[in-house]
Amino acid sequence: MTTPETSSVTHPALISVEHLSKRFGSKLALDDVSLSLPKGETLAIIGPSAAGKSVLMKCLVGIYGADAGKIILDGDDVSQTNAPKRAAWAERIGMLFQQNALFDSLKVWENICFRQIELGTLSRKDAKEHAVHLLGLVGLAAESADLTPGDLSGGMQKRVGVARAISTDPAILLLDNPTAGLDPVLSNHIELMIGKIAEQRGTTVISITNDMQIARTRYQNLMMMHDGKVYWSGKTHDIDDAHNEHLTQMLNGSSQGPITMRTGKREDHVFS
Amino acid sequence: MSKPQNAPGDVRSKGLVDYLNDENVRAVLYQIIAIGLIVLAGWYLVSNTLYNLEQQNISTGYGFLDLEASFEISETMIDYSAQSSYATALMVGLLNTVKVSLLGIILCTIIGTIFGIARLSSNWIVRKLATVYVETFRNIPVLLQLFFWYALIPGAFPHPRDALEPIPGVLLTSRGMYMPVPEPDAAYTLMAIAAVIACAVIYFVKKWAKKRQDATGQPFPMFLAGLGIFVGFVLLAYLVGGAPTELSMPALKGFNIRGGYNISPEFMAVLIGLTVYTSTYVAEVVRSGIQAVPNGQWEAADSLGIRRSVALRKVILPQSMRVAIPPLTNQYLNLTKNSSLAVAVGYPDLVSVSNTTMNQTGQAIEAISIFMSIYLGLSLLTSLFMNWFNKKMALVER
Repeated sequence: MTTPETSSVTHPALISVEHLSKRFGSKLALDDVSLSLPKGETLAIIGPSAAGKSVLMKCLVGIYGADAGKIILDGDDVSQTNAPKRAAWAERIGMLFQQNALFDSLKVWENICFRQIELGTLSRKDAKEHAVHLLGLVGLAAESADLTPGDLSGGMQKRVGVARAISTDPAILLLDNPTAGLDPVLSNHIELMIGKIAEQRGTTVISITNDMQIARTRYQNLMMMHDGKVYWSGKTHDIDDAHNEHLTQMLNGSSQGPITMRTGKREDHVFS
Repeated sequence: MSKPQNAPGDVRSKGLVDYLNDENVRAVLYQIIAIGLIVLAGWYLVSNTLYNLEQQNISTGYGFLDLEASFEISETMIDYSAQSSYATALMVGLLNTVKVSLLGIILCTIIGTIFGIARLSSNWIVRKLATVYVETFRNIPVLLQLFFWYALIPGAFPHPRDALEPIPGVLLTSRGMYMPVPEPDAAYTLMAIAAVIACAVIYFVKKWAKKRQDATGQPFPMFLAGLGIFVGFVLLAYLVGGAPTELSMPALKGFNIRGGYNISPEFMAVLIGLTVYTSTYVAEVVRSGIQAVPNGQWEAADSLGIRRSVALRKVILPQSMRVAIPPLTNQYLNLTKNSSLAVAVGYPDLVSVSNTTMNQTGQAIEAISIFMSIYLGLSLLTSLFMNWFNKKMALVER
């Protein structure tokens, strides 16, 4: 059933993950996960909850350090990077969080260009201009720049989250459930908007989704995760009806079955 | 006679019952009744008291404040002797209260923050030690803690004859701690003025630095520059003032130690007791403030490649502050009010001096009214300051 995704790739991968493992307490959240994606392609990660999708994404962006395995970004092994290199790596990967995670204490435009302001790469005036430009790309008015996240609706917050994720024009865009909590019409708008932006900029997109239909129609590659492992991965056009039925069953069956809770302790200790 | 009843616009047609059923009329009426009752009760109490005082031949009024106090106070921050007036004595008490409260607030904030953060440490021992500290000192009445420290300090240190000298010049005795202080000199006044000027200069440099960063994005090393300006100014004033080096050294003379600066066991007991007790509450406030910020905020800053120290300052703390400042204000107010327990260990605070005044003059109502209004004033000042601080730190919403 499992097709090794590396076989079909002829041009060098922009990002590849080799045998990645991550453990929380006694629970193995990621178990020998590998993937590889060429520049400009799109990948949907699909799977029931607690399958390790978000953990994988947080490893890719460097929030969690992996216990074993490699993450290779454009030829560099970034899984063992130190802090100064992390700052450069973060410029090439943008991430949209499931709950947006906008900074409540900052204005919309300060949120979007937080990195540029803090690293001093843009003056505040230029940063604001850049933020207003990005707001236009995600379909928001320039006036919203001076609001705080608390003033925005869920859909607007999502758009600001997208603007922040693409503010450094990253080579890779990670989306953690970009349409979670939005109504179907808005979901569709957001999906189309992100697709358009990514296509224009040649951005490689990795997205977590729960919708098999969206995964098959909007993404070139698909990876199904279950219990921290890669259950299936390959090109979406390789998925025939039998495949589809099996994968959908897997997705639905598991999500309706007993919920598997992550047993690891919540990381409450923010200082070491 | 033929006028129709309840014609629109006819005032007379609206009876008394209709008026009483009108919500607006009722609201006003209830307020009038409430205020009337309070005034009545107040008048009753005041007139009764005045009558009773008259019967006992006690004159009322604040005239006694100008009389000679004729009692000594063990520690004073201003010139005071038994010949000074009661007003001066109360001032001494007030300053002593302010001294111990202000130092207590500063120390409990520092210690509380350290223990609050320690309770979130990933280090098991640090975390557990902080928990034991908080749970122990939070759960013992503060008055007992004052007694404890007051019993411990004189008991733990030797008689002045055999004073401990851990650092040359610093003496630890059962009568408190003694340390050397510079002899009074004009240069120190000059240095104080220089410090104020330095603060003003730093304020303007900071404004300029912020303006420059807004315009060009270039950050300015404000902390180092500020430190340099401050030290430079004060040092310059010291040198201009003739660089005095004379110190008043504490030394045994007869049965007691003379010279230097004395920190009394009473003061130490009150300061340590209040600080330790209140710091446990501050620790919990700090912990809850940090934990109230969702983990996603750390992760989002992480994903942007922002260092944790910057994330703490720019993202986490502004949100923690919003949660922490109101309860922190409560703790500062509690500390100030609890400082009135100092009377129990003989520290001459406002309540202690007021008690003596009361006993000598019999002007109980006046003395109590003075210290109650002073505590009220201190608390309101603290609240005002904290409200201003809260507004500065809180979110700019809508």
